[in-house]
Amino acid sequence: MFDVPGWPAHLAGQHVDVRLTAEDGYSTQRSYSVASAPDGDRVELTIQRVADGEVSPYLMDVMEPGDRVELRGPIGGWFVWRPEQAEPVLLVGGGSGIVPLMSMVRTRGAVGGHAPFRLLYSVREPDDRLYAPELLRGEPGLDTEYLYTRAAPPEHPRPVGRLTAEDLVRGGWPADRRPMCYVCGPTGFVENAATLLTALGHDPDRIRTERFGPSGG
Amino acid sequence: MDTDRTSAQGTYEEYETAYEDGNTLGGPLSEIFAVDLTAAVGRCAGCGATGPLARLRVYDRAPGLVARCPDCSRVVLRLVRGPDTAWLDLQGAASLAIPLGGRG
Ligand SMILES: Cc1cc2nc3c(=O)[nH]c(=O)nc-3n(C[C@H](O)[C@H](O)[C@H](O)COP(=O)(O)OP(=O)(O)OC[C@H]3O[C@@H](n4cnc5c(N)ncnc54)[C@H](O)[C@@H]3O)c2cc1C
Ligand SMILES: [Zn+2]
Repeated sequence: MFDVPGWPAHLAGQHVDVRLTAEDGYSTQRSYSVASAPDGDRVELTIQRVADGEVSPYLMDVMEPGDRVELRGPIGGWFVWRPEQAEPVLLVGGGSGIVPLMSMVRTRGAVGGHAPFRLLYSVREPDDRLYAPELLRGEPGLDTEYLYTRAAPPEHPRPVGRLTAEDLVRGGWPADRRPMCYVCGPTGFVENAATLLTALGHDPDRIRTERFGPSGG
Repeated sequence: MDTDRTSAQGTYEEYETAYEDGNTLGGPLSEIFAVDLTAAVGRCAGCGATGPLARLRVYDRAPGLVARCPDCSRVVLRLVRGPDTAWLDLQGAASLAIPLGGRG
């Protein structure tokens, strides 16, 4: 959670660039999606630790409340959902790829939006679920389904495994409803999901992707 | 996440996924341009495909970023950032339509 004085209201789906600079002047930066709905100067980021990573362990383990970092943003005008969009929305998130999708869900909730949302959220195992209580509580017009790739809770109906066309047919929208599809996660996950959606007849212009790179959970 | 990392072709797949979307150009380009360029529609000088810069494949190739056409892999844009200067090479883009007005 960051307080950013003078933060302009962001759009759901946008990200920030976080820059860290060491005392010797070495500096490096990474992108992180905004998880929150617009809320004054407060900006919530959700960062998943990559064990041998350069930046994420620092942000998670070394930084303390009250520390300052350099943030640039909000960034992006394409991978965004605007409350005036009325069409059905399919959100497909893998791992930490849920983060910008959560901002869309929260923004829709905050403005009392009526666009029907479906969320397919792929995680390795139940412990990896982010925002679990909030998603469990749910919202009218939001359907959430978990796709486990390694271990599922005992009563879960779907066999474990990576995202399939069947998942997208069952949990998504038919292409002729012309939904807007937002896909986010590690590059391999996004690659697979976008290919499947295209094969199901979704217009490539309505498949918006955000690849987090090989990492990103 | 996913199974990719543990598969036998781990290294190959990691190489194959060593890119991000053009969305990630938004930050670096915001240092140079006042409007968001990731939603700007460009035409690839190689194959003629059109699409927003957000759809390019961005490879982090120190000291800069290289963005390739998702259809033909040709380099569309190169951005190198020095301490006082940014070099932007748009040789691979035949045109760029930039939406004006409206935020982000
Ligand atoms: C637009 C955008 C938005 C993003 N938003 C978020 C977000 O909201 N939350 C978030 O957590 N991340 C997000 N990311 C990813 C984030 O920017 C970093 O890539 C991530 O935090 C890793 O950075 P790092 O410095 O810790 O690791 P690095 O130092 O960059 O990576 C270290 C090494 O570990 C490897 N590696 C990476 N992941 C794994 C893994 N899971 N298992 C084994 N090896 C691995 C890498 O290939 C690399 O060789 C986003 C990326 C982009 C482009
Ligand atoms: Zn091309």
